Amino acid sequence: MALNVLKNLIKGPATIRYPYQPAKVTPVTRGHLVINIENCIFCGLCRMHCPADAIEVNKQERTWQLNQFQCIICGNCVSYCPKDCLSIKQTYLPPSASATYVTITGPEPETKENP
Amino acid sequence: MSKKIIVPFGPQHPVLPEPIHLDLVLEDERVIEAIPSIGYVHRGLEKLVEKRDYKDYVFISERICGICSFIHGATYCQAVEQVMGVEIPRRAEFLRAIWSEYSRMHSHLLWLGCFADSMGYENLFMDCWKVREKILDVLERTTGGRVIQGVNRVGGVSRDMDKEELNRIKSEIPGLRADYVELTRIFDEDLTVQSRTKGIGMLPKDTAWELGAVGPTIRGSGHAVDARMTGYGAYDELDFKPVVRTEGDCHARCMVRTGELFTSLDLIENAIDRIPEGDIIVPVKGNPSGEYYAQTEQPRGEVIHYVKANGKKNLLRHRVRTPTLANVPALVQMLAGCELADVPVIVLTIDPCIGCMER
Amino acid sequence: MKQPDQKVETIQVEELIHRVHSFHDDGYRLVQISCAQEGDAFEVTYSFDKNLSISHIRIPATPENPIPSISKIYLASFVYENEIADLFGIPFSGIAIDYKGTFFRTSVPHPFGTSQITVVKKKPEEQHE
Repeated sequence: MALNVLKNLIKGPATIRYPYQPAKVTPVTRGHLVINIENCIFCGLCRMHCPADAIEVNKQERTWQLNQFQCIICGNCVSYCPKDCLSIKQTYLPPSASATYVTITGPEPETKENP
Repeated sequence: MSKKIIVPFGPQHPVLPEPIHLDLVLEDERVIEAIPSIGYVHRGLEKLVEKRDYKDYVFISERICGICSFIHGATYCQAVEQVMGVEIPRRAEFLRAIWSEYSRMHSHLLWLGCFADSMGYENLFMDCWKVREKILDVLERTTGGRVIQGVNRVGGVSRDMDKEELNRIKSEIPGLRADYVELTRIFDEDLTVQSRTKGIGMLPKDTAWELGAVGPTIRGSGHAVDARMTGYGAYDELDFKPVVRTEGDCHARCMVRTGELFTSLDLIENAIDRIPEGDIIVPVKGNPSGEYYAQTEQPRGEVIHYVKANGKKNLLRHRVRTPTLANVPALVQMLAGCELADVPVIVLTIDPCIGCMER
Repeated sequence: MKQPDQKVETIQVEELIHRVHSFHDDGYRLVQISCAQEGDAFEVTYSFDKNLSISHIRIPATPENPIPSISKIYLASFVYENEIADLFGIPFSGIAIDYKGTFFRTSVPHPFGTSQITVVKKKPEEQHE
């Protein structure tokens, strides 16, 4: 027991002061979902296959909306994306008290020049 | 004859990890009857199967429960694969077995911690959860999720472990085993634990069978009932032996769980030694048609995933018989005749997971 | 590994008690009772286990005709029977511990057995009713 007491005195706490310190992550951790809107073709496959209905895609207005509160970060959309523009980043999002919507508007499509 | 009073217990109670409500009919300090009632966290996940693609539903089936998530996902996949006649690669089955055993260990350690807490032994609670953290680290490193692994797919698994990772896992096993020896010693020999658990919450062998109890609850009463003995997935090659105790009290159920920690380590070691090379996923085309009852072993006991499909991309019915639901009759039986102060300990020994139970 | 195919035997409601009695006498354990709906028809399946092999028997069911409860034979069936009664609205007669529709607290009665369920998409800040 004395050994345990000494160990605990020297070692310091076993916990991290999250959220003041960042949480530990590994290279494969699923932290949050991001989109590279330049490549997005607004096909809506991610919306169709989202188990949590967290994604809204509007082809006319060229917007992609994610409800970060509803997203369960399963990575299903990433595997369905035909243009590989969705990806999962390792860091966790900061704690929040209300729902956060991320709406990203894509650039205007380049008008094809007539040959 | 003294007066009967009814004490409501739960759904919010300091020792209860999840919301179950019990009406305890007391005569003095003695419980003569307990009437459970549930429904505080019913989410209708089984109904959701009619609205989702059967492949996307894997992620929802994993979220039935936050603790035994991996095995729910694996069992659902197993049921759909059987309906569709898909044979998944052997390596995927081994990987599922390894992750299943890791999630079993983390669930058992979580339970041991909560159980120690229900007896008011908070240091032991922290010790158990400290060891659990090491297992969560392995899960996060290999799958990307601490509690919800999300690697199951219909047709296999989505993530592989390379040789280096497997060796690293194997090299960590002796350290974990030393931790388990120390925890087991405390749960087995400590006076506090013994006086709160020995001879309490008796479930005789015949009653346990009659009431259809599953998991550590029935194995603590002397029946070797474990779905892993049927050899589903990779378990037919892993030399599995069930842990059985004959006393039938709270202490026996606790010791079954500590014993299973070691069994899981052995299974992981065997699986790493025998894992074949090859693919981890096969492409699945078409829609399922038919029905199947998949039976696997969760930390809390045997779970049944029933899948019924009629050739559409949405399944017709997905029914999960979770172990907690099967253990509730046994809990009612154990509570009759116990002291009021022992109720929290007895309720915890079936490892109630109400989120699972109500889906 | 490919598991063996499962056989589900369909019987009539009248035979149920007799069959369950014979399972009980042979030392089987009640594994589960489940209910499924296909179109307008319901079916209730009973599963029993002995020596690691499961047997299933199935009966047709309707919300009008009560099914005799097997809780006199297997007490443990009361949880499953109450569950089916609450979620599908199929009545059981003579359950040992009958909750009369209060085992599951659902906002709509018999949510699995009716077609009145519609999916409503709500933003999280909107309150549930």
